[in-house]
Amino acid sequence: MMAKRSNEPIFWSLFGAGGVIVAFILPVIIFITGLAVPLGMLPPEVMAYDRIHAFAANWIGKLFILVVISLTLWHAMHRIFLSLHDLGINWGRTFFRWLCYGIALLGTLTPLFLLIRI
Amino acid sequence: MNTRKQYVRPMDGWWLKNPFYVRYMIRESTSVFVGIYAFVLLAGLLSLASGEAAYNDWMAAMTNPLVILFHVVALAAAIYHAITWFAVAPKVMPPLLTGKKRVSDKTITIFHYVIAIVLYLVMLGIAWKV
Repeated sequence: MMAKRSNEPIFWSLFGAGGVIVAFILPVIIFITGLAVPLGMLPPEVMAYDRIHAFAANWIGKLFILVVISLTLWHAMHRIFLSLHDLGINWGRTFFRWLCYGIALLGTLTPLFLLIRI
Repeated sequence: MNTRKQYVRPMDGWWLKNPFYVRYMIRESTSVFVGIYAFVLLAGLLSLASGEAAYNDWMAAMTNPLVILFHVVALAAAIYHAITWFAVAPKVMPPLLTGKKRVSDKTITIFHYVIAIVLYLVMLGIAWKV
């Protein structure tokens, strides 16, 4: 009989991959979408509908958008789940585990579904 | 049976007692802001999939002062995360050797910064090239 293996490495791997995305990609993406274009530091054409739609229609663009949204959420939700203990919340481990990883899974399947259709 | 009420040391605000733990908690809290931002992007993708009118509504919502304020905080959180991520990078990766000598932690961290800055500039350049 093989011993039951832990599923922890999967979540830690997703956390690590997401951490890389948040460090190397997210600062610029937040700057462009959240500050530079809304405040007019960059021209509105940067995020024009046709341009972003064409980006999301291209498979490289699809992969980029999926990776950024999905891995960022796997990273964030894993960290939030582990931080509950630091905040003294030691009850409902199983519930919070399902809630946190469920949100991350939803944040993977929803963009996947949307991007396939675009 | 032991009916005495056991003393449990209170742990409320444990992390406020030491600057190291405060920085740790700030690092962990960055995940809340980047997590919310992922949903901002997901909302954008949803509107993009719904058509031009919905997408332009999302773009208009992004100019709301409170949304701008959120993005200032989210940007700070992402940068703080990056700094902490690059700082621990040499500690979590297998030793990197040049010949027989081990590459120093500092060199590995600086290397991460260089790659990050190049990537930031490339992405900005691609976005700018309208």
